[in-house]
Amino acid sequence: MSDYVLMFVSTILVNNFLLVQFLGLCPFMGVSNKLETAIGMALATTFVLTLSSVSSYLVFEWILVPLGLTYLKTISFILVIAVLVQFTEMVVRKTSPLLYRVLGIFLPLITTNCAVLGVALLNIKKDNTFFTSLIYGLGASLGFALVLILFSAMRERLNQSDVPKPFKGSAIGLITAGMMSLAFMGFAGLAPA
Amino acid sequence: MSLMQRSSPHVMGRNTTSRIMLWVIVAALPGLLALSYFYGWGYLINTVICVVSAVLAEAAILMLRKRPVLKTLKDASAVLTGVLLGVTLPPFAPWWIMVIASGFAMVFVKHLYGGLGQNLFNPAMAAFALVLISFPLPMTTSWSTPEAISGEPLPSFSQQLSHNLEWQAYDGITMATPLDHYKTKIKRLTADELAQTPEYVAGPFYGILWVNLAFLLGGLLLLFLKIISWHGPVGLFTGLLVLALPFSADADSAMPVLMHLFAGATVFGAFFIVTDPASSATSNRGKFIFGFGVGILTYCIRTWGNFPDAIAFAVLLMNISAPFIDHYTRPRTYGKPKPVSGYKLPEESP
Repeated sequence: MSDYVLMFVSTILVNNFLLVQFLGLCPFMGVSNKLETAIGMALATTFVLTLSSVSSYLVFEWILVPLGLTYLKTISFILVIAVLVQFTEMVVRKTSPLLYRVLGIFLPLITTNCAVLGVALLNIKKDNTFFTSLIYGLGASLGFALVLILFSAMRERLNQSDVPKPFKGSAIGLITAGMMSLAFMGFAGLAPA
Repeated sequence: MSLMQRSSPHVMGRNTTSRIMLWVIVAALPGLLALSYFYGWGYLINTVICVVSAVLAEAAILMLRKRPVLKTLKDASAVLTGVLLGVTLPPFAPWWIMVIASGFAMVFVKHLYGGLGQNLFNPAMAAFALVLISFPLPMTTSWSTPEAISGEPLPSFSQQLSHNLEWQAYDGITMATPLDHYKTKIKRLTADELAQTPEYVAGPFYGILWVNLAFLLGGLLLLFLKIISWHGPVGLFTGLLVLALPFSADADSAMPVLMHLFAGATVFGAFFIVTDPASSATSNRGKFIFGFGVGILTYCIRTWGNFPDAIAFAVLLMNISAPFIDHYTRPRTYGKPKPVSGYKLPEESP
């Protein structure tokens, strides 16, 4: 049990996908200009990431391994993720048309979020079981959501401050990401890497 | 004679930025003097190097930004950052660590974000974390030992100066900070055995307790002058105690509660760092939550993490959360209903 808790803490804080492993920077910079949008995006990504982590594990274990096609894992994971994103898109469109419009192009872009594919591939590399890949996916997506939401609140404040012209926009955003990464190094040692 | 016509607010006080900064510097002086009394000239030399390089760095970046240099420097905020860095960095550390830390604090943490009052991170703590991560060896092995513990006199002013400027190395006796020491030794020894080691014969708190009390005095002065509010410090102590009281009852396995409070940078952090008006939360409720979070994170990182005194990282992590806290602790506008915060659907465009 404590292994699972440690793994959960480790993926959320110690090995945060955004700030320590630097995966998924495109939505991090792209959708973080408004807090409300970021919360919507974080929820959508959490949903897709957890589901894709589990289903890509199932596809790998039940289809690719028996058929001896493990070298096709990257391409088949992309397919699984694309299907899941399409599914999420339909759900969001039906349940919240406004959120659908706000997220706009970024919803299909979850497909190309490197964190989503990264989690699926790392599950295989780390020999995760069904249950650990569920925890790994959930932890990774919660860590992603946490950082994305906090960062978007910071950016709302940054947009109003007197940043020197050459650093306006993405530049100061990336510097801030670096500082956040520095702060997250404080979690080192809380759980094994 | 024309009548004076001014718009509100009609406050005639002299609460200017430079007055506040100067009072905070004055409040930090007892702590700085206590540190120098117990741990030698290193702290004073460091403070001078930090202040000078912080002021020079700020002047340089102001010139690059084409802002008035002297007028901005007069608010003394750069001096304050230098003093705060000087009391946090280890006394035997070489001069270039001070220069890098002050330059980073002024240029990257303060002025790239727009200067005074707009920085998202606490400049002193961000710079401390940067040099701690980048130069772990000098940052962990440069703490000096009080005479009552080592039995050796502290280095004289000239010895300390030439050591810190790297002219001539001085073989001073260094030791781990009390928190670090307790954390590593308690894994093998019981609390009673630990009390017999040379570091503890003079008392587990020798020196550091007085330093913390001196900072407490300065903090109470700031409270009395109403420069800081009580919410941040009380939040920090509450957060730390909420975890420390139940989990640190057994001195043989965990750090005692009193050491959490008085053997590290807790008091300094509570009154001088958490109360930073720019990088902390804004409303009173927000300030309390901010301090509470710093306390909780400090305990977690101290107990389960790699860093023995975690104030810097805890403050940085809460700096990240401060705008989010502000978003959800907006006070009600007088006469208006409570604002709806949280996920809002964007307004329909016509």
